[in-house]
Amino acid sequence: MSICADGLALCTMLLWYENEMQKTLGILAWVTIALLGAVAVATVALHRGEPINALWLVMAAACCYALAYRFYSKFIAAKILTLDGLRATPAERLENGRDFLVTNKWVVFGHHFAAIAGPGPLVGPVLAAQFGYLPGTMWVLAGAVFAGCVQDFVILLFSVRRDGKSLTEMAKDEIGPIGGFVAYLAVIAILTILLGVVALIVVNALKSSPWATFTIAMTMPVALLMGVYLRRIRPGKVLEVSALGFILVLAAIWGGQYVSQNPALARVFTFSAPTLAILIMVYGFAASALPVWLLLAPRDYLSTFVKLGTIGLLAVGIVVLHPTLHMPALTRFVDGTGPVFAGKIFPFAFITIACGAISGFHALISSGTTPKMIARETETRMVGYGAMMCESAVAIMAIIAACVMEPGVYFAINSPAGIVGQAPATAAATISAWGFPVTAPQMQALAHAVGEQTLYNRTGGAPAFAVGMAHIFSHSLGGETLMALWYHFAIMFEALFILTILDAGTRVARFMVQDALGHVYKPLGRTSWYPSILVTSALIVAMWGYFLWQGVKDPLGGINSLWPLFGISNQLLATVALCVATTIIIKLHRARYAAVTLAPLAWLVAVTFTASWQKIFDASPRVGFLAQARALETAPATAATARLIFNNRLDAAVTGVLVVMVTLVLFESVREWLGILLGTKEARLKESPFVRTRLAMEEQG
Amino acid sequence: MNRVREAILNSAAILFGTVFAALREIFDEAPYLRFLNRTGMESSSAAYAAFRQEFEEAKVRRPKCC
Repeated sequence: MSICADGLALCTMLLWYENEMQKTLGILAWVTIALLGAVAVATVALHRGEPINALWLVMAAACCYALAYRFYSKFIAAKILTLDGLRATPAERLENGRDFLVTNKWVVFGHHFAAIAGPGPLVGPVLAAQFGYLPGTMWVLAGAVFAGCVQDFVILLFSVRRDGKSLTEMAKDEIGPIGGFVAYLAVIAILTILLGVVALIVVNALKSSPWATFTIAMTMPVALLMGVYLRRIRPGKVLEVSALGFILVLAAIWGGQYVSQNPALARVFTFSAPTLAILIMVYGFAASALPVWLLLAPRDYLSTFVKLGTIGLLAVGIVVLHPTLHMPALTRFVDGTGPVFAGKIFPFAFITIACGAISGFHALISSGTTPKMIARETETRMVGYGAMMCESAVAIMAIIAACVMEPGVYFAINSPAGIVGQAPATAAATISAWGFPVTAPQMQALAHAVGEQTLYNRTGGAPAFAVGMAHIFSHSLGGETLMALWYHFAIMFEALFILTILDAGTRVARFMVQDALGHVYKPLGRTSWYPSILVTSALIVAMWGYFLWQGVKDPLGGINSLWPLFGISNQLLATVALCVATTIIIKLHRARYAAVTLAPLAWLVAVTFTASWQKIFDASPRVGFLAQARALETAPATAATARLIFNNRLDAAVTGVLVVMVTLVLFESVREWLGILLGTKEARLKESPFVRTRLAMEEQG
Repeated sequence: MNRVREAILNSAAILFGTVFAALREIFDEAPYLRFLNRTGMESSSAAYAAFRQEFEEAKVRRPKCC
């Protein structure tokens, strides 16, 4: 008896000791990660003069993400959201084998990440690199950890607790009808501007580039072939046919080299910007109006296949090569005189980088298909917070890709002709005079190495990212001889990405417009009625096509004015999402923790309002729309002057409408918060009632 | 040593299985299989057409981020 008691006591002591040891080791590990992170962030933030290695950025990011996920997201999960593993999710309660479906958490994670990761986190950070690597890196890290991940996480959980309702429905239920209506308008506005901007990026990437144009053109027959193969030859074997499509696309990249070197063929595939713009509009219309299985779905599969593979490959390439960043921490353009886009760090760095830090668009996905697949509430943390962290990591890779280039080369590629001049010697001299040396022969050699005729004035971010990515790939995988192939692979990768956004986005917008028009005239709401399909597809293409055409014709490079417009509308949607989240947190009687969503909301309002004010009223014609219209009025008139003046005034009006929309949602939200906090209004949540999950019992046996 | 190798192989198998399952879900292969199970149809051109018809209405409304 005594021996047993002694043994038991010993066992208990050993268990306690082991437990304490594990705890101590855990604490030590987290302290080490925190110290490493602090050193890395301090090196990135404070190092001046000498170039730094990209691994400092990688280490800073890895440590920040690890700490944020372990501590901050856990705090939110425990203290504010009180995730309940015993509460049945809509995937379980409403399971129908179609959209509502209990799914493995890692599978949902992959699904969610594939939906939120587009070209945005690649292009935005490349453009913002004109300020240096520091502002972009800090915003991507802090923005993601404290704003973007939080938004995606809380919206996902709130949607799970409301039967997978969309953001617009939640805004209507929790804030009021105005919130819902504004959210709807915001989605249409953001889609229209987004599609115009991304189409412009494709035009800038493809203009005067027969190799890239040929490769992208070839993805259309490849997609059609995949569609027919999937439908007729091997029904449903998507992974198999995507692998086949990927091989065919690689062959098209290889073939593009011969096209570019053959003068007759090169002529056929060399298009001006306006011609490309028209071709892209025709493609957008066709993708929206044709059956999904024929073109849209196979291209989507192909793009996802290329996307996931390339992101993984780029991460490996950066770690293997661990390149040096040649871009300084801060450039002289922090004063707002940058050639890539006009405006100071605040607010424009935070507008330009959206998807890598916080994107309102993600809230649509977090309240779209993902909440209908989540098996347990506790998994929303990994899927919502975790997937956005991965997206932020993609943005860090884009910053590295942009900053490994010599700054002179970066500015030569990204500066529009209207600022640095059309002739190579003039452009090189202008950029060198800014303190970023570059020569015409150096640019010529680089263009030759990547198989292009010229790399000057290739604005939009995509070509610069492609050069950086080709640099990383060619130095780590295959050597300098493959530089041209990697460059065109990168161009194809981005254009494929973006065209997928264009075709899917046009279709989504078409459905939204059809839904709305259905209230006016019923047949227009029928998604399979062809006259309605043609009219609404044409309407949506005309809407984004206008912004594309304006960008192509803008002498200052188009992207200059359009990208901030896109950023403003995207951040507006994030503002709506954070208003919804804050309202629900207050209704949950967690007002003392409301700062978790209120602080990013306040920051976004400050950024959006300042950017909008400056875009409308700034006295500099490069920043303010109205100032540019006035400058055009006084300048010698050309055939395009009247239209450019109209465009600028319209942009100012669109920006003004966006601000009014933010104000309305904010006003409605604040009224709701004050009512609840002052006790004049009842905190009535529209959650679905608690139902105990069967999954926990099944797991226990 | 064998136990370590076995553990590594098991972990690799789980990882591969999860990645493959995620890919099948992302690429709509798993929904197609569920559709076949639910409707009792054999995989064929007609079954795939029916699957797409049923699935597309919900799927094409799914937004994708920039």
